[in-house]
Amino acid sequence: MAFELPKLAYAYDALEPHIDARTMEIHHSKHHAGYTNNLNAAIAGTDLEGKSIEEILANISQHSVAVRNNGGGFYNHDLFWKVMSPNGGGKPSGDLLTAIEKDFGSFDAFKEEFSKAAATRFGSGWAWLVKQADGKLVVTSTANQDNPLMDIADVKGTPILGLDVWEHAYYLKFQNRRPDYISVFWEVINWEEVVKRFQD
Amino acid sequence: MEHKLPALPYELGALEPYISKKTLEFHYGKHHQAYITNLNNLIKGTAFEDASLEDIVKHSEGGIFNNGAQVYNHTFYFEAFKPNASAEPNGKLKAAIEASFGSFDNFKAEFSKAGATLFGSGWVWLVVDTAGKLAILKTKNAGNPLRDGFIPILTMDVWEHAYYLDTQNARPKYIENFWNIINWELVEKRFEE
Repeated sequence: MAFELPKLAYAYDALEPHIDARTMEIHHSKHHAGYTNNLNAAIAGTDLEGKSIEEILANISQHSVAVRNNGGGFYNHDLFWKVMSPNGGGKPSGDLLTAIEKDFGSFDAFKEEFSKAAATRFGSGWAWLVKQADGKLVVTSTANQDNPLMDIADVKGTPILGLDVWEHAYYLKFQNRRPDYISVFWEVINWEEVVKRFQD
Repeated sequence: MEHKLPALPYELGALEPYISKKTLEFHYGKHHQAYITNLNNLIKGTAFEDASLEDIVKHSEGGIFNNGAQVYNHTFYFEAFKPNASAEPNGKLKAAIEASFGSFDNFKAEFSKAGATLFGSGWVWLVVDTAGKLAILKTKNAGNPLRDGFIPILTMDVWEHAYYLDTQNARPKYIENFWNIINWELVEKRFEE
């Protein structure tokens, strides 16, 4: 069974004025679609066909570079679309807020650390909020389409929030101003989804 | 030694329709300038403060390397463009390309493929190796072939910022455009030196 490009839960223009419709459309219908198609091509006829994406990523060191790059791209973008919402922003509630305050000192301290990880990732990549095996929350970043589910990751765990800092994620609207893109991301975070991933 | 943004040998709009004025305004005016500003700030009070850019590229690490190599790479990239460029090199370089790659078209296809398949951000290079032969290399992010003993003579930036305003996800279209604006006379000069 081939992987399918997930549909967005909102329209391409729904995250305006923070993330523009043209960026969303190209990002989803071209970039994410490209990773999906290339992933399917990379696993066609191999024993990875029929495995879940999480299972593939967990043993990524045993697979080809094409599976690593495109499997990561497929998973990461799916998470990215889901952790954003036109009704997003603000802060998380309940257990997640408590855990963030415990592990980072305060929500603002977490926000600063995550933003810094995103701003300082050199080249293409992602910033992550990760729930580690022992339940502790940490911020990390990965190069290109790698992610914390991969057995090759420096910091492993379950990503519960991710921010794409490839230039294609922001260049049409923000050009060289990555920090401006990072600051609008906080206005569209779907904390309900992040809480759900934290509790799972 | 303070590093400075070198002047472009052409107007910002001169490479149109292959590279837009808007792309160059950001790529040269913002990205290249930011690498220079960052480099100058980072080398203050370090062993690299008075080092040549080439020595910084060869010997530094971390932020100094990332910014120093990006300064070198962008200068090398921008200065090798010109409007109304010839389609192919001449003389010794042409002969060397044919000797190493079979034909200019084969070289072009191989270099283009390297650009299209570099995953993430980086650079494609035509280099002279230690035996004097030409080779195509890919480097990621700020990577530069000088570190491995190669002499670069041509480079193509495949960071998305190099083409996203013009061709978005269609990197191959940018690569196709690249071949129309190469200053082959300069590349020949680099090769013969």
